[in-house]
Amino acid sequence: MKNLIDITDLSMEEIEDLIKVAKNIMQEPDKYSEKCKHKKLATLFFEPSTRTRLSFESAMMELGGNVLGFSEASSSSTAKGESVSDTIRTVGCYSDIIAMRHPKEGAPLVASIKSIVPIINAGDGGHNHPTQTLTDLLTISCEKNRLNDLTIGLCGDLKFGRTIHSLITAMARYKNIKFILISPDELKIPEYIKEEILEKNNMEYIETNDIEEYMDKLDILYMTRVQKERFFNEEDYLRLKDYYILNKSKLSNAKKDLCIMHPLPRVNEISTEVDDDPRACYFKQVSYGKFIRMALILKLLDIK
Amino acid sequence: MNIDSIRNGIVIDHIQAKKGLEIYEALKLNELDCSVAIITNAKSKKMGKKDIIKIDKDINLDLDILGYIDPNITINIIENDVRVDKYHVELPKEIVGIVKCKNPRCITSIEQELKHIFVLTDKEKKTYRCKYCETLKEE
Repeated sequence: MKNLIDITDLSMEEIEDLIKVAKNIMQEPDKYSEKCKHKKLATLFFEPSTRTRLSFESAMMELGGNVLGFSEASSSSTAKGESVSDTIRTVGCYSDIIAMRHPKEGAPLVASIKSIVPIINAGDGGHNHPTQTLTDLLTISCEKNRLNDLTIGLCGDLKFGRTIHSLITAMARYKNIKFILISPDELKIPEYIKEEILEKNNMEYIETNDIEEYMDKLDILYMTRVQKERFFNEEDYLRLKDYYILNKSKLSNAKKDLCIMHPLPRVNEISTEVDDDPRACYFKQVSYGKFIRMALILKLLDIK
Repeated sequence: MNIDSIRNGIVIDHIQAKKGLEIYEALKLNELDCSVAIITNAKSKKMGKKDIIKIDKDINLDLDILGYIDPNITINIIENDVRVDKYHVELPKEIVGIVKCKNPRCITSIEQELKHIFVLTDKEKKTYRCKYCETLKEE
């Protein structure tokens, strides 16, 4: 039985296969509409996340399966003090596959050790969010038609942004990837990511405070939100949340085929005037997220 | 200072000076019913000073604990006054139940009876990370 806890649980070949299946689903959705008939996906969200939960549920429904679950810990037996291990053992008796989000880091790994059905990590605190990374890889593959030879600008909260850390980890396996790391000093990429991933894999990277400095070099600009829930101090959050706001004028030197991505939700870091720009891909990214989750559910349930 | 040699048992040698007692406690040698000697600050050509532990019985040692506390120690097995085996320990691949993860966001902070496990992620730098949240082990 396979689980997806960390993006590195998947080999490059497995990621390639998932992308291939997702693209095929996009082309021929009818072929897949009953693949998961009589199968049940449990979405266990111990922490609220409308977007990811709906994406999983929509993915399972489009495969002809059913969904059950809860969307916050207060409506589960966790509120009565039940452990993750016990909840998972119980839910495994009601479902064929589980997608879980939990505020505690490592909770999905604990779940996968005890579970009798496949577990998908749908986000564990500030730690991992592998299906967001798969979504990002499918978006890049569809929009740029390649996963090699890319200059990627990562902008915003590079310190706490788990999607950023996972994306860097995932891209380290591809050739000729260069990163421009754009952040205020307080939210710079952690040293261990530099040492253990970027430098270990001989990846080229530049750190800057200025969003416009390397704009003309970028193939991808990945914007992130400064997340309030990652700060212990309200004052720091308020000071840093408006540091970068992407607007039309900042894009004036950008390449014509730039791909602007964002894991969403956005607060105000991308001006709505950018939404109609053909280079804005963040809403398409949401749609890609559903298709890659469909491919992942099929893979983990071993349905061809 | 002379400590009688042992006839059958184990000599844990080349312990970094002052770490002997830590090893004594971690291996729970106080629970044994045989004689155990801890020698601290013994002279050593290689190390200057070292600690030595002599156990008057052949017991099963937890090599992971020894490797974690001091990966440079030597273990000698003595039978009928003769050293019949000598080996070194290594940094353990996993440290189970010895060090606690201090990340308040880690699942180990709330999950009932979940063992704290640290995994060796970089042998050269002796880096250990929590198996669950990947937080670096504090020195």
